[in-house]
Amino acid sequence: MPLQGEYLGMSVAIPDVDRPNQEFYTHCGQGVLHLQSCVKCTLLRYPTTTACPWCAESEYVWTPVSGKGTLYSYGEVHHAIQPTFQQFTPYLILLVELDEQRDLPNRFDGLRINGNLADASGEMAKPELVATVGIGSRLRVVFKSIGDGMAIPLWTLDTEAKQEAPWRYPDN
Amino acid sequence: MNAEIDATSEKFLRGKYAIVGVGETPYTRGSGTTTRALGTYAVRRAVEDAGLGMDDIDGMLSYSGNDSIPSTAVAGDLGIRLNFYMDVMGGGSSTEALIGIAMGVIEAGMCKTVVIFRSMNGYSQIRIGGTGRGSGASNLSGDGLFGRAYGQSSAAQAFAQTFMRHMYDYGTTPEQIAHVKAIHSEHASNNPKAYYKHRVTVDDVLSSRMIVKPLHLLDCCVETDNATAIVVTRMDRARDCKHMPATILSVVGRCCKPRIDNHYQAGPISTVAGHYAKEILWPNAGVGPDDIDLTGSYDAFTFTTMLQLEDYGFCEKGDGGEYVSSGIMRLGGARPNNTSGGHLCEGYTHGMNMVIENVRQLRGEIDDSCPIDANGKRQHTYDYSNGGCRQVRDPEITANLGWAMPGTGSALVMAKGER
Repeated sequence: MPLQGEYLGMSVAIPDVDRPNQEFYTHCGQGVLHLQSCVKCTLLRYPTTTACPWCAESEYVWTPVSGKGTLYSYGEVHHAIQPTFQQFTPYLILLVELDEQRDLPNRFDGLRINGNLADASGEMAKPELVATVGIGSRLRVVFKSIGDGMAIPLWTLDTEAKQEAPWRYPDN
Repeated sequence: MNAEIDATSEKFLRGKYAIVGVGETPYTRGSGTTTRALGTYAVRRAVEDAGLGMDDIDGMLSYSGNDSIPSTAVAGDLGIRLNFYMDVMGGGSSTEALIGIAMGVIEAGMCKTVVIFRSMNGYSQIRIGGTGRGSGASNLSGDGLFGRAYGQSSAAQAFAQTFMRHMYDYGTTPEQIAHVKAIHSEHASNNPKAYYKHRVTVDDVLSSRMIVKPLHLLDCCVETDNATAIVVTRMDRARDCKHMPATILSVVGRCCKPRIDNHYQAGPISTVAGHYAKEILWPNAGVGPDDIDLTGSYDAFTFTTMLQLEDYGFCEKGDGGEYVSSGIMRLGGARPNNTSGGHLCEGYTHGMNMVIENVRQLRGEIDDSCPIDANGKRQHTYDYSNGGCRQVRDPEITANLGWAMPGTGSALVMAKGER
């Protein structure tokens, strides 16, 4: 059966033939971020792929990860293109570097996960929260249910972590 | 010049092919016609510019993102009988890549002379940002789950993280980057074809509204309706064409960073595909960055020009902000960049207009506002003030740097006349 849901008014449909994505979002629905781990070289990867980008092996196992990381970079959208997102501007498009597998397999590589900044309940962040986050911010994953047992991963400030002053675009 | 670059022996097809014809439609918003008619117009102009007839053309290449018409329509309309054609998916980085393909198919004996075109109603029909494709409540599936689900659909939204990280890694400032637009606008003010001809300042860029931080409105290119075309042939035929050939020294096509589409997983994301492409471009050309008289860069955004110039080695890694704000790439500077105004000002045709500009620069026949003498030859004044000349003085070698996205780039080195 295809998995079907809805997120922010956008319909979600993941067909049966796309098993990796069905599994990724179903793991999220169960509340733990899992990434594909290669059975041969054991490296984790993101987003879902049909083979290991480092050794081309196609078999994988799903492996839970901490869901904690550091903001590696971001864009701050003031002019939304998709109608759904116009209500959320300014919103952040994040690239979060997970604590796992930093500088592996090569120096400067990392598991960098896309997402938006959200509050602790998975709602898109309000401008006051957006203004506090920058490169270096410690973030943790949160999930927003999208139906059919699936959830979408988003990121929120890790209030339990020690936060250094983040780097932000120099506004005047 | 880099000592590792081998300039002594001919490499691959260095010097054996040339661009012999270029042509385009006006750059407008609201062409009032079809991409088929635009493409036909540009191809005819390019073939006529080469001094060739339609019977001389037997190969055709085009590229698009499902927003254009195929070669078969244009060739049919112009009465061109093709021995080879191919319509390729893609936008930025396609121009240089298709020039390489044209050389390859001619070398293979599949055809003799190839026209490459790009035709788009990029403002009035299908816009790059996504409007015009019948959007509405979009379905999320496959790759869209990792992008559009997060409001990441336009190029600005996709590239912003790369640009922002460069600022973080190297201290690049918004002011430095804004110079790219200011300089391209100076050039465009001397280009009668440019869609935006008015000069803007660094402050104008910085005070324009934010689109996707770090990109202000004026950090983003113009969207226009237009078609562009170029004619590629082998040197033995190029000699008989109307103009001095723009000889191809080297070409790189869609060279990629590791992980390609997921390039942000690999290496520092403030490094782009040019880092890899330059290892092909310069050795094959037999020249290095210091030998280049002017550059054409893919300026979908101000930042893309900076990143490319930096990663192709025109300055040290990390010094791109300083380089683009130094004045070196201004007309009259040591190595002007995008003398037409590029995508930021002249018009948007996914890279081809900057190649056309450099072909005309090498010919010494840039279409500026300088007076034309009794022999029909333009007398360039080299006065680069507003509304004046934009011909670079005696350019010998040019480089074009094409960009599809941070992970994919193409490049082209051309020289004046037969080598």
